[in-house]
Amino acid sequence: MVTSAVSLFAAEEGGHAAVELSSGGALAAWAWLIPVVPLAAMFVIVLFGKRFPYKGWELATGSMLFVAVYSVVLLISHWNQPIAYEQHVELARIGTLPAGDLVVEWGWVVDGLSIMMYAVVGIVGFFVFTYAKGYMEGDERFTFFFASFSLFAGGMLVLVSAPNLIQLIVGWELVGVASYLLIGHWWEDQANNAAAIKAFITNKIADIGLFIGVIIAGLVVGSFRITDVLDAVKAGDSALADVAFWVALALFVGAMGKSAQMPFHVWLPDAMAGPTPVSSLMHAATMVTAGVYLIGRMFPLYNTEGFGDDVRTWIILVGAATLLFTGLIALVQDDIKKVLAYSTLSQLGYMMAAMGAGAYTAGLFHLFTHAMFKGLLFLAAGSVIHGVHSNNMSDMGGLRKPMPYTFWTFLVGSLALAGIFPLSGFWSKDEILASISYDAGHGGGGVATLVLVVAIIGAFITAFYMARAVWLTFFGEYKGHGHPHESPRVMTYPLVGLAFLSATVGFLNMPGIATPFTDWLAGRLHEIGDHHAEAIDLGLAAVGTLVALAGIAVGTLLFRKDAATQQERDRFRIPVLYPLLEHKYYFDDVYMRGIVYPIRGPIARAVNWSNSYVIDGVVNLVGAITRGLSRVVYGGMDQRGIDLAINAVAGAAGEAGRAARRAQTGKVQQYAGALFAGAVLLVIGFVIFG
Amino acid sequence: MIVNQFLVLGALLFSLGIYGVLVRRNAILVLLSVELMLAAVNINFVAFGSYLPDAFASGHVFALFVIAVAAAEVGIGLAIVLLIFRNRSSANVDELDLMKW
Repeated sequence: MVTSAVSLFAAEEGGHAAVELSSGGALAAWAWLIPVVPLAAMFVIVLFGKRFPYKGWELATGSMLFVAVYSVVLLISHWNQPIAYEQHVELARIGTLPAGDLVVEWGWVVDGLSIMMYAVVGIVGFFVFTYAKGYMEGDERFTFFFASFSLFAGGMLVLVSAPNLIQLIVGWELVGVASYLLIGHWWEDQANNAAAIKAFITNKIADIGLFIGVIIAGLVVGSFRITDVLDAVKAGDSALADVAFWVALALFVGAMGKSAQMPFHVWLPDAMAGPTPVSSLMHAATMVTAGVYLIGRMFPLYNTEGFGDDVRTWIILVGAATLLFTGLIALVQDDIKKVLAYSTLSQLGYMMAAMGAGAYTAGLFHLFTHAMFKGLLFLAAGSVIHGVHSNNMSDMGGLRKPMPYTFWTFLVGSLALAGIFPLSGFWSKDEILASISYDAGHGGGGVATLVLVVAIIGAFITAFYMARAVWLTFFGEYKGHGHPHESPRVMTYPLVGLAFLSATVGFLNMPGIATPFTDWLAGRLHEIGDHHAEAIDLGLAAVGTLVALAGIAVGTLLFRKDAATQQERDRFRIPVLYPLLEHKYYFDDVYMRGIVYPIRGPIARAVNWSNSYVIDGVVNLVGAITRGLSRVVYGGMDQRGIDLAINAVAGAAGEAGRAARRAQTGKVQQYAGALFAGAVLLVIGFVIFG
Repeated sequence: MIVNQFLVLGALLFSLGIYGVLVRRNAILVLLSVELMLAAVNINFVAFGSYLPDAFASGHVFALFVIAVAAAEVGIGLAIVLLIFRNRSSANVDELDLMKW
């Protein structure tokens, strides 16, 4: 049963110029292939992966290439005419409410937001998958890795393509499961297992928020379709308005888990335990972008007066806290991947803060550019780790010469992340600053002003830690073991590709000059009505750039040389702050002592008790019954019954044989005598009995 | 014609044959005794063949068959006896107890 819900109407006059929306034609109608192809690739790899010449890698990468090409074709073919298309396929009816039947549906959305996400997953995914062939070469679970990787990307695509909240949860959880498999890919090491479990459980706790939000919204509106929920918001549905604050807050809690906002951020740095391509994809395209995507998808709920707009204050505060505090931790990390991980947290804080400021476009544009340069940075870091066989920057240094490709691409990524003109990070960060500044003047008040200051400080910190990472890794003396070498071409080419994108995708959204990205994202069934910069705010751009340059300068001063500046570096160790940062604000300790131990202890004791008394009791009882039965069977039936009968038969046969043997004398005449005697007896018998 | 005297002769001759077969130790004599028994059977065939006339003279024909079979049997029997004698320098049936268990 297919219920088609293709809605076509011109966007209303509002923040955006009215654009004719297209239904997308056959391209959109076949877009269900986008999530299905990677998932199909996953199944084929699981079943037959090892029989392929590249052990399943080509299938996974091919599926990503398909997604990338499909989404780019969608983008280009509808460049001037955004698509807004939805399709629902009914799967089951689960109940009737006053507001309508609750239906479980599968479907797909093709609109500006989802196509942008398809493109991010497809393009970054393609580069990362290609790169992973080199990085995972010789891994004993190579094929399984690519199966999980395909599931990871496929789950994200299911999430992004979801036109209803149930499917969104399915994709959300597929991503969670795949991340568990991938973080724990090298499960032989206990620490990796612990990191995988931590990621999974932290997400699961936050997911409760998502579930609560989805259930309330579904029950109140009577439909799980996102379109219906947003229609209710648009129509000013009073039943929804009563609970909208809680729905919006609960959904945001779910988003905080996946997008690793404080205080749910603790899983993300530990997720570095996975192979580097996993970190790259997780931090760039899939997983952590899911929360921001969810807020973006539900944006009208957060942007409509009387519905969830009060939650935006929470979002902007959480985002600002995350961007500042996690950015500071990145300053003291020695593990290059952890520097990037905390950097990701900080950038996710930017995205959330932008969402909180009502800047849909700015938040998602930063998601887009961040996907490119953070994917690049992780891959480059992986290339360094591949060459040095260590994660620690204290084992690196001077890698500029032996690893030129890695160095230059890492530099491009770092500058983009720091927000240096004209690389992509400059444009997206400036857009965020401009949006928060706008919010400060239009209802955001003091909170938004404070967040603007925090965001500018964050830009300084970002530039600082990236400068530190570049100097420690690529300059000075090499401090590790062995001879570092450049990675194979299968790894460096994706670096170059992503570096090109990192440098250029910012031009897609130059406020006041050309903003195809903004127009594209506005192509949705529902009016977004966000604020986005109409022109470059030259003052803020100058401040942002100056702050970033200052950060680079400070980082350069402190970390330019190795030995000579040890004292200077020690001066950087500010007494109270430094230990606080080193211990990551004691979040992990508080969680372990305050939550995990108190819960784990009684549970462990209860499990132990039930193990000793209940399960063991059952097992022992079954064992005793089995023993008793076997005794009866062996002693009574087998030994005395069956064996006795068999022995009796055999004994009788033996005795009979022994008796009959005597007749066999071998004397012919005795036999003949018996013959004649028998004949005579027969004759007598016939005569008598006739 | 009375058939009884022929049957009595046959019975006597048959009994003599049985006696020979069961008692004599020389294999040649055992074979001879078997011939006696066959001769007794032939007498009975011929006697009944004459007493109960039928178009095909079955009794006489069967007597001829028996003679032919007996000739073949004796040929094989004598050959066996000859070979046994060659191997063991004796034709005593008591010593031929190879078939004992």
